[in-house]
Amino acid sequence: MTAHVPPTNAPSTEPGLTPVLTRRPGMPIYLDYQATTPCDPRVVAAMLPWFTEKFGNPHSRNHAYGWEAEEAVEQARAEIAALIGADAKEIVFTSGATESNNLAIKGAAHFLREKRDHVVTVVTEHKCVLDTCRHLEQEGFRVTYLPVQTNGLIDLNQLADTLTDRTAVLSVMGANNEIGVLQPLAQIGALCRAKGVLFHSDGAQAAGKIPVDVNAMNIDMMSLSGHKIYGPKGIGALYVRRRPRVRLVPLINGGGQERGMRSGTLATPLCVGFGTAAALARVEMASEAERLLALRNRLLAGLEQRLPEIYVNGDLEQRLPGNINISFAFVEGEGLMMGIKGLAVSSGSACTSASLEPSYVLRALGLSPEMAHTSLRLGLGRFTTEEEVSTAIDQIAEAVEHLRGLSPLWEMHQDGIDVSTVQWAEH
Amino acid sequence: MAYSDKVVDHYEHPRNVGALDKNDETVGTGLVGAPACGDVMKLQIKVSAEGIIEDAKFKTFGCGSAIASSSLVTEWVKGKTLEEAGQIKNTEIAQELALPPVKIHCSVLAEDAIKAAIADYRAKSGKSDDSAAAE
Repeated sequence: MTAHVPPTNAPSTEPGLTPVLTRRPGMPIYLDYQATTPCDPRVVAAMLPWFTEKFGNPHSRNHAYGWEAEEAVEQARAEIAALIGADAKEIVFTSGATESNNLAIKGAAHFLREKRDHVVTVVTEHKCVLDTCRHLEQEGFRVTYLPVQTNGLIDLNQLADTLTDRTAVLSVMGANNEIGVLQPLAQIGALCRAKGVLFHSDGAQAAGKIPVDVNAMNIDMMSLSGHKIYGPKGIGALYVRRRPRVRLVPLINGGGQERGMRSGTLATPLCVGFGTAAALARVEMASEAERLLALRNRLLAGLEQRLPEIYVNGDLEQRLPGNINISFAFVEGEGLMMGIKGLAVSSGSACTSASLEPSYVLRALGLSPEMAHTSLRLGLGRFTTEEEVSTAIDQIAEAVEHLRGLSPLWEMHQDGIDVSTVQWAEH
Repeated sequence: MAYSDKVVDHYEHPRNVGALDKNDETVGTGLVGAPACGDVMKLQIKVSAEGIIEDAKFKTFGCGSAIASSSLVTEWVKGKTLEEAGQIKNTEIAQELALPPVKIHCSVLAEDAIKAAIADYRAKSGKSDDSAAAE
């Protein structure tokens, strides 16, 4: 990898030096930045000393190995807090956003269960949020899964009607992993504050990419993920508001680390990596967003020029700059994936890619199963180049054209038949 | 998902893609599957006066295995009688293409498609008016 590597003792952030990622020969162009991101070379450089040289346990109180590790962890904690406008004391390190989501929703619901038995979330949330809520239902909680509009956004009036004085917590993600759509966090937060309901937001895809201010937005808890923002995998965090104090029943019992909310020895290198990634994200967010938006607009325009009957899923304005999710009518998704072997993309979320079910997020937008099946999620990121976007346009357009030549549905459409009105034989 | 070389070959170089005139009385058209299921196959056969399949064309909306199954069937039916073509088994298709268990249904649909095309031809040639095809 070609990058300026900062001195190993200090995680330094040097804005203006765009790092480069060299692709290995034979590997496809990576356009799946919502699934995961490579570590920024500056992040890896910052992490390395903490493996073999400064390896102490940050909770060892009695010697220099522990003290130096603790100092590094606390510096990382401060950087992560700064990314979302929080105080460092409000950041709890976890193993990732899945754990953070579990801790936030279960932790709050369990703490409040004597007085409140209702939880609200949205049908388009990540599976770990939905599954956590289903688990709470089995425990006797009532859960409301709010629908979304065709653009992917929730209806705020509907939300207001759903929150009651028995609602313990609302969980709404900042940015959706499949369609990149941004929910109106500030307005949701204001509603929750007015109704005395805790507001949790899964910020794994949002933090570091769009501005987040937990105080301005009245967010009480927010889940964060290292590997979505060019940090290492295996580390995340949960922001937990202290004023007014949010109380959680912890998931993990042990030595009482992280103010009793998450026991376990902290992985110093992972914390440092996450902190460095957060610092870089905060400094580079605006310029990166601008660059990614331009690339994405070019990608979409390039495809629209070559291909008729393609549809963007989810709101185009309220959206992560690097994400685009497109359905290619009359072409089947798995077949399409076969034709674009030079690109690493996903059809639906990575968590369901093994089964290739029609995406539940796209179905929630009101898409028919076949339109959901034909969708591609393209995620651009820090290391995406103009050339890669050009290649992507060509490969996708060629594959779609090839498959439309094979498709009886495209043929019917060309003949003026409305495919959606055809009565299909029993099968 | 790893595809067999034969499936990839049919995907990249499909045989007999296209359409025959479905109003031609020597053409039988089979249309099976449904978009919601992710698989639609249209298979057409042109039958000679002696009952031999002279030509076959297909169009498929579906995954690589579905495309390969229907492409293969158009190759196999050419030169066969209607009876012989009707005896093609999905298991033969699946074996030839080395389809994994989760893709066996693609070969079943291809067998259904050829049977539907044959039935359509027979219905058309057996009656004086052009009755509706499996559509």
